Amino acid sequence: MREWRVAMATYQEFIQQNEDRDGVRFSWNLWPSSRLEATRLVVPVSCLFTPLKERPDLPPVQYEPVLCSRANCKAVLNPLCQVDYRAKIWACNFCFQRNPFPPSYAGISDVNQPAELMPQFSTIEYIVQRGPPNPLIFLYVVDTCLEEEDLQALKESLQMSLSLLPPNALVGLITFGRMVQVHELSCEGIAKSYVFRGTKELSSKQIQEMLGLTNPSATGPQGRPAAPQDPAVTCRFLQPVHKVDMNLTDLLGELQRDPWPVPQGKRPLRSTGIALSIAVGLLEGTFPNTGARVMMFMGGPPTQGPGMVVGDELKTPIRSWHDITKDNARHLKKATKYYDALANRAASNGHSIDIYACALDQTGLLEMKCLSNLTGGHIAMGDSFNTSLFKQTFQRVFSKDHNGEFRMAFGGTLEVSTSRELKVSGAIGPCVSLNAKGPCISENEVGVGGTTQWKICSLSPSTTLALYFEVVNQHNAPIPQGGRGAVQFVTQYQHSNTQRRIRVTTVARNWADAQSQIQHIESSFDQEASAVIMARLGVFRAESEEGPDVLRWLDRQLIRLFMFHLRRSPFLQVFNNSPDECSYYRHHFVCQNLTQSLIMIQPILYSYSFHGPPEPVLLDSGSILPDRILLMDTFFQLVIYHGETIAQWRKAGYQEQPEYENFKHLLVAPVDDAQEILQTRFPMPRYIDTEHGGSQARFLLSKVNPSQTHNNLYSWGQETGAPILTDDVSLQVFMDHLKKLAVSSAA
Amino acid sequence: MHPLCFKPVVIAVRFSTNQAYSQYAQGDIQNGPPPMDHSMAQPPVCQPYSHGAMNLSGPHPSYPQQYGVQPSMQQMTNQMSGMQVGSGPLTSAGPGYAPPPSSEPPISAAYSAAAPPSYTQAPHPVSGAPSQPPPPSEPAAPQPYYDGPPPSQQPPFPSSSLDNSPSHLAPSPAQQTFPNSAPPPVSQALYSGPLPPPDLALSHLPCIPCPVPCRPAPSQPGPPHFHSGPLPNAPCHPLYVPAAGQPPFPLAPCSSAFGQPRGPQPGYAGPQYPGQQNYGAVPAPTPAPTQKRLDPDSIPSPIQVIEDDRANKSSEPFTTGVKGQTPPLVTTNFQVKDQGNASPRFVRCTAYNIPCTADMAKQSQVPLAAVIKPLAMLPPDETRPYMVDHGEAGPIRCNRCKAYMCPYMQFIEGGRRFQCGFCSCVTDVPPHYFQHLDHTGKRVDCCDRPELSLGSYEFVATVDYCKNNKLPQPPSFIFFIDVSYNAVKSGMVNIVCQELKTLLDYLPRENPEADSVVRVGFVTYNKVLHFYNVKSSLAQPQMMVVSDVSDMFLPLLDGFLVNVNDSRMVIESLLDQIPEMFADTRETETVFGPVIQAGLEALKAADCAGKLFLFHSSLPIAEAPGKLKNREDKKLVGTDKEKSLFQPQSGFYSNLSKECVAQGCCVDLFLFPNQYVDVATLGVVPVSTGGSVYKYTYFQAEMDRERFLNDLRRDVQKPMGFDAVMRVRTSTGIRATDFFGSFFMSNTTDVELAGLDCDKTVTVEFRHDDKLSEDTGALMQCAVLYTSCSGQRRLRVHNMAVNCCSQLADLYRNCETDTIINFFSKYAYRSLLNTPTKTVRDTLVNQCAQILACYRKNCASPSSAGQLILPECMKLLPVYLNCVLKSDVLQPGADVSVDDRAYLRQLLSCMDVSESHVFFYPRLLPLVKLDGGSLPMAVRNSEERLSKGGVYLLETGLYLFLWVGANAQQELLSNIFGTPTFSQIDPNMTSLPELDNPFSQRLREIIDSFRSQRSRYMKLMVVKQEDKAELIFKHFLCEDKSASGGASYVDFLCHMHKEIRQLLS
Repeated sequence: MREWRVAMATYQEFIQQNEDRDGVRFSWNLWPSSRLEATRLVVPVSCLFTPLKERPDLPPVQYEPVLCSRANCKAVLNPLCQVDYRAKIWACNFCFQRNPFPPSYAGISDVNQPAELMPQFSTIEYIVQRGPPNPLIFLYVVDTCLEEEDLQALKESLQMSLSLLPPNALVGLITFGRMVQVHELSCEGIAKSYVFRGTKELSSKQIQEMLGLTNPSATGPQGRPAAPQDPAVTCRFLQPVHKVDMNLTDLLGELQRDPWPVPQGKRPLRSTGIALSIAVGLLEGTFPNTGARVMMFMGGPPTQGPGMVVGDELKTPIRSWHDITKDNARHLKKATKYYDALANRAASNGHSIDIYACALDQTGLLEMKCLSNLTGGHIAMGDSFNTSLFKQTFQRVFSKDHNGEFRMAFGGTLEVSTSRELKVSGAIGPCVSLNAKGPCISENEVGVGGTTQWKICSLSPSTTLALYFEVVNQHNAPIPQGGRGAVQFVTQYQHSNTQRRIRVTTVARNWADAQSQIQHIESSFDQEASAVIMARLGVFRAESEEGPDVLRWLDRQLIRLFMFHLRRSPFLQVFNNSPDECSYYRHHFVCQNLTQSLIMIQPILYSYSFHGPPEPVLLDSGSILPDRILLMDTFFQLVIYHGETIAQWRKAGYQEQPEYENFKHLLVAPVDDAQEILQTRFPMPRYIDTEHGGSQARFLLSKVNPSQTHNNLYSWGQETGAPILTDDVSLQVFMDHLKKLAVSSAA
Repeated sequence: MHPLCFKPVVIAVRFSTNQAYSQYAQGDIQNGPPPMDHSMAQPPVCQPYSHGAMNLSGPHPSYPQQYGVQPSMQQMTNQMSGMQVGSGPLTSAGPGYAPPPSSEPPISAAYSAAAPPSYTQAPHPVSGAPSQPPPPSEPAAPQPYYDGPPPSQQPPFPSSSLDNSPSHLAPSPAQQTFPNSAPPPVSQALYSGPLPPPDLALSHLPCIPCPVPCRPAPSQPGPPHFHSGPLPNAPCHPLYVPAAGQPPFPLAPCSSAFGQPRGPQPGYAGPQYPGQQNYGAVPAPTPAPTQKRLDPDSIPSPIQVIEDDRANKSSEPFTTGVKGQTPPLVTTNFQVKDQGNASPRFVRCTAYNIPCTADMAKQSQVPLAAVIKPLAMLPPDETRPYMVDHGEAGPIRCNRCKAYMCPYMQFIEGGRRFQCGFCSCVTDVPPHYFQHLDHTGKRVDCCDRPELSLGSYEFVATVDYCKNNKLPQPPSFIFFIDVSYNAVKSGMVNIVCQELKTLLDYLPRENPEADSVVRVGFVTYNKVLHFYNVKSSLAQPQMMVVSDVSDMFLPLLDGFLVNVNDSRMVIESLLDQIPEMFADTRETETVFGPVIQAGLEALKAADCAGKLFLFHSSLPIAEAPGKLKNREDKKLVGTDKEKSLFQPQSGFYSNLSKECVAQGCCVDLFLFPNQYVDVATLGVVPVSTGGSVYKYTYFQAEMDRERFLNDLRRDVQKPMGFDAVMRVRTSTGIRATDFFGSFFMSNTTDVELAGLDCDKTVTVEFRHDDKLSEDTGALMQCAVLYTSCSGQRRLRVHNMAVNCCSQLADLYRNCETDTIINFFSKYAYRSLLNTPTKTVRDTLVNQCAQILACYRKNCASPSSAGQLILPECMKLLPVYLNCVLKSDVLQPGADVSVDDRAYLRQLLSCMDVSESHVFFYPRLLPLVKLDGGSLPMAVRNSEERLSKGGVYLLETGLYLFLWVGANAQQELLSNIFGTPTFSQIDPNMTSLPELDNPFSQRLREIIDSFRSQRSRYMKLMVVKQEDKAELIFKHFLCEDKSASGGASYVDFLCHMHKEIRQLLS
């Protein structure tokens, strides 16, 4: 028992330390040494990896990494490698190839080691010189079918954003409504734009031709030598912010609502699909493989052309889960396929797409989600552009770190190398496969698999991937005691200051024989990481499979885990959430880091009262008491709930009276705490201030464990909480059921 | 009715066969006078062409080979013999020259005496009652023609001949033109002091009182063109080329001709007008041993006819009240008083007396057609059609045929009903329109209502007459400017943009005080289109580029079509910037189809009609709908496949024009090509939408700026209607069967015109579908429903009544050759699309031959087959027809491009009669004395009429040439050019220097006034004799042989004669 405690303490520290240093959390920190044992553990060997975890203490080195010379390995020299200082040779710890050090390493010795060989630099970042620095690119794609007020707010936000952009960043503007307009920013005098029909799908080549981006000498006067690409030509639509600042501000200022009349009973015609394809095509033609961000602002669903989500007849509502289940969503499949193809194109060029959707109704995020999911873009969802939720969220995209650099990186690729006993099954996160074949690919695909490299078009410090591995070592070929398996993550990316950088993280874990060391393995289990990793798997499946099937699968897989809240979460349950909302929640779930993900799975509930300092309380209906103020953080919402009594007091205005200053303080305390969360959270959560009986209280009531409902009558009238009107089972029932199952042999 | 109208022209020419060949051989080589001199060694008896009987015997075989086989010697012999026979007996000979209308004294010898009586007797042939013997009291009839004193005052013969002289003086200009040769007599002849020579001549040959002085006497070695000398001895009849020994010969025929008129004549149907035909017959002289070349002065002279008509008809207003009368020629200045028929400015007919039956019509082959210019501009002294408003129920119309209320509706039953003059259906008069009738059965308000008393008027149309039952919006003008490399480089873009800034103030409007309600839009394009948002609220225009030309659409709604005044600042800023923006363009490719589609979409979006102005430079080869390839293939010219060059390359533009017409989208195309642009295809939409094509080949800013700008100004400013439908209704018995012009037809009756401007004509051909009655005549009503430039829906109605005849002679007496030529040329030019050019030409010649043969057979008195007898009204048919045949379209020279031909072909399709007249027979003015308000008399279009010492102005309708003779007087040159030296004249000048002398001023005035008469600005080209450019100029001397192989007038006349004879035999 003691030993266990020690181990526990050790592991917690170990896990924390590893996370802090490498941004990695494994489900198991001791790995079962054979495939068979690993399979029995249900939760696979897997990890959450945050490639760009903020490491203020880690100065990048200004040279190129040293690579293993074996063609299909190319692993980077790391602290786990064996080094022969005399012979100036190092052995790759993945393929065991012996490599000479490059000439520049001639001076190394065991006292004069390069940083990448020091254990504390298991994560190291290189700045490399590869070609000219590429500017960052921001392409705004703006819906003009908005209400005047909304458009005004959006215009202001966009104008404001110009001041937030890096001055040398390139910026472009596409507006759309019934038509799609690509604005040329370079010209003086007459404002120029290229206009496209919103209903006609064009190939990337056509778009580039129509924008005049193809080499003009091909069609120009005969006899002229093919002039080198004139940057002025290629960049007419993408200009440095500092140059076109004024121009663009004016342009945005003059931006009008879509002028085409919208007849009664119709939706405005919104050519979102074409607008995006033009944005993608434009970047594809001008800046392939350069970090770029398409930021799309839309105030409603696409209503015409390819990618249309709903027709323009108002009498036909946008698809609901009900329609989808009944296969009544006419446009769903086509639109999804369309955006999927776009997303893949953007991703393969390293461009990411953000969606800022602000409307009271759905806007088609379900169909469009892959645009952001595959390209690492953001999705923000709000009711209107004229809300602080949108404004703050948008502003926060451009937030800077302590070095004054943008918290964004572009065009990342993540490559994973593993020791021989381990193979990579796949990844789940905002990435696409680069289809890089290698020796360490598992046949058993999980998430996006079949590759050792993934592209992550846009990265933030919190972007986190879940990576799944398979132990392939056969039971009859035991690994010697003390053997270690290693995994190396190589992340190449374009830093926001336009530098190319490579971050290399090499981690190792001990192998353990499950039969003899099962307790050790058990103790190395990272419950939090596992919960998130498995939840991601669930979400991934939910995206591609029918909801109930996934729940059944999850129940089968996780019956032994405390997945009560996950089952109820919008990630898996679509009840009460529109298709768009689900897409939105899931999007964030698969790219946020562990801490945030946990909040999403099991919201945090704090209780404020006169009885003591604020305390976390159970997310249970029992926690809802009249004399408490509750603060719930679900990641997407921040709910401040005033209990019945508190609400009455507040209504009576006691807080205004000096003698009740303590009450005032009580009221203020959760608000301050909420503000603190709001400061940092991206995207801005919906901030809800409600009270007992308030309509917005549903946000709280839907989350808490319904330990008291109208069904378990005995609790009626008791002082210990509020009943929830639901048919969902409570945690108690769930647990009872679970226990039953756990002891039955059928499990 | 003017006597001349009655007069047939008889031209007699005799040749001996064997010489004929050499004769023509000469002709082939030279057009000039010399051969003539030789051939006319003997002064022929002069007769005015006006009645000449031409004896064209055997010789024609040598006529230009293109006319086919030469007759065998045997044939020729036969012809000769026939000729002799024919010429012998009848031959009215001499008298023909004189107009004496009808009953003429039988005795030719007594011409002097007889002539007066003939006038008295001669009814005035005035239209209405040709069948009646002319009341003796009407001596005035000939008067107008002669422009002289009333007949009663006619002096005895000699002077009367002088009086007549103007009509015979056609050749006289020739004298003028050669002042060197015989100045004094010229002036005399011209100004018609009695000339001794004529006197002499006349006295000697009284029956051939003819313009002796004017005719060159070839036999004389002296000045070739004018001889007073020889005349006395051997007054030459120009129409004859008799053997020297035959002077007396004509005499006998003359007298006989005069004597016979009243007798029944074979082939002449009616006894009623006996005399009239007879005039024509001139005896063919007996074959002479030696052969003469036909004297050009002896054949009908267009100048003479024009001058005669001008002299006779310009003094008094032409009143339209009388049914069936032929209006003055288009070359005559006259005033029109609308008294129930449409003014000839609106409607001109080929015949004002049409055959009652289809058989007759077929026999005569005279086309029955009307050339209608519905929105013609009237001179300031004539009132434009009044506007009539019949209230909410709309215009009153016949219940059955839907004809609109007009003077030919007969009110019956005390005014409660009216009977339609077209279909005879009886319709109730609506109560609000009821009016009592007076004792003659006319409504008492007849004179107050234009629709009951006038030939032309307008109705206010109600909403029933509008598209979608919605009152129309004011129209819009959209300017599409090609900004490709060529367009920019030629300076066109700059000029257009500069000009538009001021031009926009002159958009058409109905009330000159108010601003125009026409909205404007701007687009530039090369292989993509740039639309401009010029909304008034913008500080700067905005450009919207549409690159997706495969599927055109309008990228903006608001701010594209704007009111000029509201958006003036933005528009000006735009027009300033366009040339700058594209100054460095390297884009050479253009599109065309999408440009029109864009305009169409814009008008659709604005729900209005309008006009697109396209300024385009090159063959649209960029990838887009309507893309064209260069298919110019000179090798096809002259083959059966030639027609394909005139056909559009694809059906795309035809389909597009259909859509344009449906929207009321009229397209005007200004072309600035440097090479082949396929006018045949590019012109499809303009031609189908009532638009125009303007072409400025090798446009150079400094040279062509003025012409282009004037065309553009006029085109923008001119009054026009939009979204028009024209329907021609006729009285039972005839039917409008075919239409020519710039329009589209989706069925067989409605002429749809997206736009109809004041210069456009629609030519309508009629055919019989039943018998017509002489009593009622035939009616025609042309109704044009259109939207005015202020957006008002209107109906313009033109009515025309003509007589019907059962005698062919009536038909031949009331024809208008200019209109017939207009119709023929349109018909022929259209046929080019489907028929090989040669066939078209042959058909034309054949039809004319048939017309003339029919006349000869049925109306002329029997005469020798060797005589060419032409109806008076049609005596110019051969010369004009030859001009049509020689035109670039039908007989291109090597330097005439396919584009030029296609352009002219389309241009002609909507020309009115006066334009087609000058187009085919240009006006050639000798610039001698220019004092006074009148113009110098024109001369015939032949090189031999030009004097080296003179300066001439030639007007072709498209160009003005100033030809300067190599020996032109220094004073003349100084006056015109400011330099006395021939060599210092700059042939590249496009306008004359403004010199402060009366001559220069007057010349420039004349040029200006010529220009103002034409719908297109005529570029002035100075041509120096012997200069290279003279070739171009000579091309327009249409009586001469043309470089491209066209026959000379003389040769052609012979050929026609041969054709006629073949038909007759």
